[in-house]
Amino acid sequence: MSYFCGSYPIIEKKALAGQIYSYTLLCPQIAENAHIGQFVQIKAEGYMLRRPISICQTDKEKGTLRLVFEVRGGGTDKISQLGAGDMMDIIAPLGHGFTLSDAPNGKVIVVGGGIGVPPMLDIAKKYGENCTAILGFRSFDRIILDKDYFATGARTVLCTDDGSVGIKGTLAAPLKEELKSGAAAVYACGPVPMLKAAAEEARLAGVPCEVSLEQRMGCGVGACVVCACTVIRDGKKQVLRVCKDGPVFKGDEVVF
Amino acid sequence: MSRPDISVDICGVRLKNPVIAASGTYGFGEEYTDLYPLERLGGISCKGTTLQPKDGNIPPRIAETPSGILNSVGLQNPGVEHFIKTDLPRLKKQDVAVIANIAGAGIEDYAETAARLDETDVDIIEVNISCPNVKQGGATWGVTCAGAESVTKAVRNATKKPIMIKLTPNVTDITEIARAVEAQGADAVSLINTLLGMRIDINTRRPILHNNVGGLSGPAVFPVAVRMVWQVHNAIKLPIVGMGGISSAADAVEMMLAGASAVQIGTAIFNDPYVPIKVSQGIERYLSDNGIAKVSDIVGQVRPWE
Repeated sequence: MSYFCGSYPIIEKKALAGQIYSYTLLCPQIAENAHIGQFVQIKAEGYMLRRPISICQTDKEKGTLRLVFEVRGGGTDKISQLGAGDMMDIIAPLGHGFTLSDAPNGKVIVVGGGIGVPPMLDIAKKYGENCTAILGFRSFDRIILDKDYFATGARTVLCTDDGSVGIKGTLAAPLKEELKSGAAAVYACGPVPMLKAAAEEARLAGVPCEVSLEQRMGCGVGACVVCACTVIRDGKKQVLRVCKDGPVFKGDEVVF
Repeated sequence: MSRPDISVDICGVRLKNPVIAASGTYGFGEEYTDLYPLERLGGISCKGTTLQPKDGNIPPRIAETPSGILNSVGLQNPGVEHFIKTDLPRLKKQDVAVIANIAGAGIEDYAETAARLDETDVDIIEVNISCPNVKQGGATWGVTCAGAESVTKAVRNATKKPIMIKLTPNVTDITEIARAVEAQGADAVSLINTLLGMRIDINTRRPILHNNVGGLSGPAVFPVAVRMVWQVHNAIKLPIVGMGGISSAADAVEMMLAGASAVQIGTAIFNDPYVPIKVSQGIERYLSDNGIAKVSDIVGQVRPWE
């Protein structure tokens, strides 16, 4: 596994919902090496720390990377001022992505909540009709990438906290329902309570589950051990790095 | 004019350039080799290592600040035995000075860790008496002359390796501490460690760091570091490794003019992993442009106003 650091041209920028933006970069070397579930560290001019953003989609043929992020503060706001034709300074691809079988023994379920929806898109694309995507948002005006998910052929279930679109409430109930008919794997990305619920439902159903964690990061490459998470692995408690040992971990090993 | 000599000598150890990756920001030298070989650095100060493995503090462990960061890692590390067996052999295959950075809760921990390293190929032992992020030990040793003396003395008795004491800026007069460690047989000092700081999320009213407080580093602390290096340079005869917010060759030259024989770079690497190389190249250019033959010729050469 290797990563690169450099400035790459932005070939497309789109505003999705609210303060959420989609960027496509031309970076063939990175695209060639990227795996689903990995992330990039984006430099924000005037800020010390880079912003870790999950890779939404990789197109190895076109040599492009798609990144979707929400403006949450000064750093992401600065990055969002970049437009098509500008250069984005990134370190990528970073971290340890999802374990994805080429021949899964049954249906694959992806669970995405809010800004945890983008990193799961390429899983839905990989498995198409053999995938169910359960996506949760705060309300109808926060929904993103729904058409992209529909286009993958995956059965897509929308949920909103306020019930303004789709199923009202959290993703736990639809996931539980979906697991009744069996599944090969559950993959989840989103807020911690959602990940915890997804890992628990998968465990109860006896289905392997992987979750993508988020934590405040320093270097992003494993050197500074800032982004710690605790797991129980091989019967032992271990403090690992979200950036290098993750961000994807097995659902049943994470101490939430 | 031939190329300037950018090599430096720190307590008998030759560094091919004066740029050292700062402890805690560069792991054990493994993570950045995707971008460039470790050999491009003058040295690497490894992640703070303790006698026993340590899990560190509960996250979040980092917060952004104006021109800097706060961190409270809390010395998470795999322990000195792991360092000796796994990391050191890998590091010693490369042409780079290896500085082990040690910390402990009690005097005995420091002495025992240094004793284990005494029998290894480590070039220098940097003794961290200034970590602000652990409840026991760490900075508690570095804020009094008596504490600094006792750790220095114990480590001195435990090893013949060059020892470099890393000083905290969180004191009233850093020169007193520097004199105390010099008197106890330290071979060099490095400064500054981080300044104690705090950030609060105004919506949740919670400190951003789970440890509530943490160490401030980055360009925000640079002028404080320059001032302290200058004061210490005027107070003791030992070589000084200067650090604190260096992010460019100009910063490094400034730190050396203040009295540093070499520099460490940390926080800036998070922003641009290539900074250590750019700084080393930039120092060489500064020397060429100014007709200076050796980098050691600029150490302490600030011309203070009378």
